[in-house]
Order: sequence, then structure tokens, then C-alpha cells
Amino acid sequence: MHAEAPIKLADFHANARAALNDPKLRDSFSGAMDFLIERRARQFPDPAAFEQLRRVGEAVRQHALARLPELLVQLEERLTALGVQVHWAETAADANAIFLDLARRHDAQLMVKGKSMVSEEIELNHAMAAQGIDCVETDMGEYILQLDGDRPSHIIMPAIHKTKRDVAEIFHEHIDGAPLTDDVNELIAIGRRALRDKFASARIGVSGVNFMVAETGSLVLVENEGNGRLCTSVPDVHIAITGIEKVIEKLEHVAPLFALLTRSATGQAITTYLNVLTGPRRPGEKDGPREMHLILLDNGRTQAYREQRFRATLQCIRCGACMNHCPVYTRIGGLSYGTTYPGPIGAIISPHLQSLHETRDLPTASSLCGACGEVCPVGIPIPDLLMRLREAGRHSVAQSATPPQQALRGQGEVRQWAEALAWKAWRLLYSHPVLYRLLVWFAARLNWLTPPWQGGWTLARAPLRPAPQSFRDRLAQRRQQRR
Amino acid sequence: MSAAAGTAMHRSAPNVYFFATCVIDMFAPDAGIDAIDVLERSGVTVHVPLRQTCCGQPAYTTGFPEEAAKVAAAQLDLFPEPWPIVVPSGSCCGMLKHHWPKLFANDPLRLAKAEGIAARTIEFTDYLLNVADLNLAHARRSPLRVALHTACSARREMGTLECGRALLQRLPGVELVVQAHEFECCGFGGTFSVKHPEISAAMTSDKLDAIRATGCDAMVSADCGCLLSLNLMLEKRREPQRGRHIASLIRERLDASAGEGAGR
Repeated sequence: MHAEAPIKLADFHANARAALNDPKLRDSFSGAMDFLIERRARQFPDPAAFEQLRRVGEAVRQHALARLPELLVQLEERLTALGVQVHWAETAADANAIFLDLARRHDAQLMVKGKSMVSEEIELNHAMAAQGIDCVETDMGEYILQLDGDRPSHIIMPAIHKTKRDVAEIFHEHIDGAPLTDDVNELIAIGRRALRDKFASARIGVSGVNFMVAETGSLVLVENEGNGRLCTSVPDVHIAITGIEKVIEKLEHVAPLFALLTRSATGQAITTYLNVLTGPRRPGEKDGPREMHLILLDNGRTQAYREQRFRATLQCIRCGACMNHCPVYTRIGGLSYGTTYPGPIGAIISPHLQSLHETRDLPTASSLCGACGEVCPVGIPIPDLLMRLREAGRHSVAQSATPPQQALRGQGEVRQWAEALAWKAWRLLYSHPVLYRLLVWFAARLNWLTPPWQGGWTLARAPLRPAPQSFRDRLAQRRQQRR
Repeated sequence: MSAAAGTAMHRSAPNVYFFATCVIDMFAPDAGIDAIDVLERSGVTVHVPLRQTCCGQPAYTTGFPEEAAKVAAAQLDLFPEPWPIVVPSGSCCGMLKHHWPKLFANDPLRLAKAEGIAARTIEFTDYLLNVADLNLAHARRSPLRVALHTACSARREMGTLECGRALLQRLPGVELVVQAHEFECCGFGGTFSVKHPEISAAMTSDKLDAIRATGCDAMVSADCGCLLSLNLMLEKRREPQRGRHIASLIRERLDASAGEGAGR
């Protein structure tokens, strides 16, 4: 089996260009996104009802974030009382070290893993493979990608960029005895058969978490394939990993978030499985893990938490609706972003997980059309956050009109002197009516001097050429004629 | 004539301010002049403060809100009378209406002025449909299939799609045709189109294809940024069609009917 390729933040522009020039990729993405948009729309036929539910979801998440430190303490107490061991990981490396330590302690050569974007974030498979431990993806999409040495391009439908034909070839090449077939049911059966053996022999099962309930110590896991339930109940040891922001206060808060999540993500009123895991196997119980661990990962989240202007980023419940509706994501696909989380949510969370400089092209890769914010089930003002990140990248704390409590990672490092100077010049001209009037006057009369090449603009468009008579000129003329 | 219309005639003519936008000033003067013409036909007196420049949106959305605030600050005193401020371009209108107050969150004096402006700012098609008393029934009746494009922020912040549609439906002979993926962005996005030209171009190109597939005779919008981007791509492709401001279509239909009337 291939080791998963480590995440590389390659050149976003080059990635996007390559994706735009790949008609197969564009077709498969636009078709899939149209399908998901339609499915979601059917689940929310009444905009007012959606708005009402969204307000509830937003309130639940904001309430939890407002009390994040105390809820995490409460959660840890509840979990400890239930016999779950809680581990805190500040970085991806810390989290991987905890996994490795647990694997060694249990002499595990094989782990089975349910779908978890946080495990992608820490590159768990890669880190374990480097230590000779096989960490097998059991979500069908993720399994396909792992066999192929590829990465997820969507947080909910990771293999959305693969065609049926691609999957057939991957299975045929990597699974012993798999015939080359285009039949989807047969392909699924081949994948499932290959995975069954893994479930039976793995010592450790790994999962992500959708919601952590502070009052009960429950870990809630939403899934469709049943592999999540197998990973969390068959192996002796269950290790869950998630970000610190996933905690909510009460069990009753799960209901609105679950309703919003499944409808927004896949257009389902309900998923096939909803797992509520509250502690390991108790004496007398016939199944469930004998040992249970929860790894709580920070990896930059406290930066978004600390700064009130960015805290809403952490409201996210990872439904993926923002990417499904994003005209940019639809055209360039998820891999172009070069980050764990692609699309609009990726553009607003990745700068905190990595740095503003490393992710400098993501906040600007949006026309701010607002489709993401419109469908976000927990009301994250994504376009506003994109603008704030653009600002933070271009202004040091000292230069900033709305300075953060502490510099963000990469604060001000995206600033280019030419761009900053251009806006200063713009400000000068446009805040002095006389100068502005001169600018417009000259632009109209010297419009024949318009450069035929205007950077990116003229790549696919004719040059911007001022009209020979400005609106002002025309207005003056019109007044004269009327006199 | 109804009694209501009679009293309307005796009322003093309503006044409005016109915020033309820098794009119209420099690149699309027809749209501005036509919008004023149409407003005047509805019996409104239009005032254009000449010290106006730009709404500040380009700097604001690019991450330079301070520069935008300075440009906005220079224009806060241009609209002293309590008249509506009509803006013939949706996203610029949204800037005044929804974002100018945000620029002055820490400056109470300017904030009060910005809020006063925001409360009176209204998008052109919204004003024409919901405030002005413009009779379109006598406009030219020849059949015309029209596609409408609305800027995303204006549609989402102010519901301009419904206004634009309703106006077109009031024009005799005009049939509204709806392009596929109507709600999808046209790819302009201000500096986005320069920072990510390939992605932007792909979006604009898809929008043009969708509009062409409707078989429309005309494409209109009340958003000059989008129109600029769409039209200049058409020019680069050497295609003859051009999108126009919805005001220009309305004016043309009204002019033609006046011409027909005079000929009779």
C-alpha cells in the first residue's frame, strides 16, 4: 500500500490553472456540486424555516465557543469519570506522538480509521507508516484515495474527483483478485470485502468526532457507511481525535446541529448511522472498545479563538455546503488549495492552522459572491472573514486599524509594497474631489493611451478603456443643452 | 385619471441624490445618463453632488479598509438633505448601505453620518419599482427576449433580483429568459479578477455561455462592474453582443414609444 503523500502547499495559481485546463475534472466537479446543491435545496424548501433553524445552530455554536475553556474542562472531567483517557495536543506532531505511544503500548501493527479530517490535518497515516504501522482508511472514498496515494478533495466526499473508471483501475491494481469492472455495486462489494479483514485484525480503531457533549461526555459521530461504528466498537482500543472547538454544552444541542449538518452536507434528512459514544465497554457489556482515548487538537485553533474578529471561524460543523456552492471551488476542485480543508471554509481556517503567509492566495481566491455565507448552516460570515484575513495579511499589528490582541501567524507578511502604495495613491486621488476630477478628465481625453496589456485583466478580456466622454462630461453637456 | 394620481401631480416633485459610482463615471457613462433620464421621467428631480468619487469598495474588499474609510469620509457631507440616495450599481449601493457604517465603528461622529446615509441609500431598480411612480405601460411593445444578471452581493444583501425581474415584467413585449446557474457569480469580484484572472475568466466565460444559451435578444444588469467584465470578454472574443444597464433598455423602450406616438 502506498504511504499517503504529505501535504504540500504547492503553488495555488499553478494548481488552479492545471485544474481549469482539465475538462474531466471540471465536468465531474460541476456535475457533483450541482447534484448536491439540488439535494440540499430539497431539504430546505422554506427559506424562513432554514433561517430559523440556522439561528438555533448558530446560537448553540456561539454559546459553546463563548464558554470554550470551561466546557473543555467539564468535558475532560466527564470523560475521565467515564474511563476515557483525554490527551491534549498542541501541534500535529504532538498528536502523532500520542498515537505512536498508544500503538506501541498495545503492540498494534494495524489501525483501522473512520473518516476524520483532523487525522488528515495531522497526516496520521503518513506519520504511522513512517513508524511501520499500517493505518487503513475504512471510509470507501478515503480508502480509494489511500490505495492510490492521493488526498481528499472534499471534506465530505473525499474522492469526488475520481471517476468510476478511476476507481475500477485503482482496485484492480491494488486489491488482490479484484477484477476490472465498471459496476458500482461490484466495486463497493470489492472494497467492503477487502476492508472486513482489516476490521477483524486491527488492535486500534481511530475515528473523528462531529460533536463532543460536555454535560455527558458523549462523542457523537455522524456517518453513512457503518465503518465508523465498526472502527469504534470492534477493535480493543478506540482513539478519537478532534479539534478543541467541537465541544457543545448539552446533549439536546446535538439535535439542531445534526439536522443542519446532514441536510447541508448531503441533502439527507438523516444519516444511516448516528453514533453516540459515552465511555468504553462496561463490565457485562458484550461489545465496544475496552479502552477509549480522546485526543484534543489545537494546531492553531486558539489563535482564531483568541481574536474576536475571527472566532466565528470555529463555529463550523464541517458540512461542506460552502464548497458545494462555491463557484471557485467548483471550477478548481479541492486539491488545488493545497490545504487539508479546501473551499471557503479552508480559506478561512487554514491561515490559522498554518499561517497567513503560507496560505496567502486562499483568502483572495474568492469573488466574495456570498454563496458560502448564504448556505452556511451555522451562520459563519465567510465573506467578511475572508476580507479580514486579506487585511491581516497586508497589515502588521502596528499598521492595522483593528489590531489583533497578538500578531496572527504571518500577520502583515503578505504585504507587498507596490500594492500598498497603489492603494495609498488611490486614496489620495479618490478622497480629493479636485484630483479625482482631474483624473477622470485626463482619463477620458487620453483614453487612446490605454495600455493594451493590463496584467491579469487582459488575459481573457479586452483592456479597460475609459469612455471618451466621462459621465461628468455628459452631465455637464446635458445641462447646457437644457438651458 | 384616478384621484390618487391627481393628488400626486400637485405634490411637490420628489428629490433624490444620485451616486453615480466611479465605474459609470469613467467607463459606462451611458448607464448613468440613462438612469437619470428614467428617474426624471418618473417625475423625480435628480441631484448629482459633483464632489462624489467612489464608494471605496475596491480597497475595502482587498484588505485596505483604512483607505476605503478615508475615501468614504470625504463624501459623508455630500448628501445633506433627507432625500433618498439612488445608486445605479448594486454592489456599490451595498457598500454605502451595509459597509460604510462598519468603516466608522470607532468614530461616533462619522458613524452617525454613515448610518444616516445608509438608511437613505437605495438601489436603482428598487427605487424605480418600489418608490418611483414610473408608468411603463406605454413603452414600446415589440417582442424582446431579455436575460437579467444581478450582482451577487446586491442580490443577497438587497434582493435586487426580484426588483429587476419585476421591472422587466412591467415592460410590454419584454419576455424574461432565465439562464442556467442564474445565482452563480459572473466572476468579476473586483480585484479578484486581476489576482486570480484564470479562475475569474472561467466563471465569466461560463456566465456568458449560459446567457447565450437562453437565445436572448438582450442582456441587462443593474451592476456596472459585472457588465464591464462580461462586455470586455465579449469584445476579446470578438462577439458582437453587449450587455447594457437596465436603465438603458427602459429608456430605449420609452423613447421608441414616444417616437411611435409622434409619428402617428
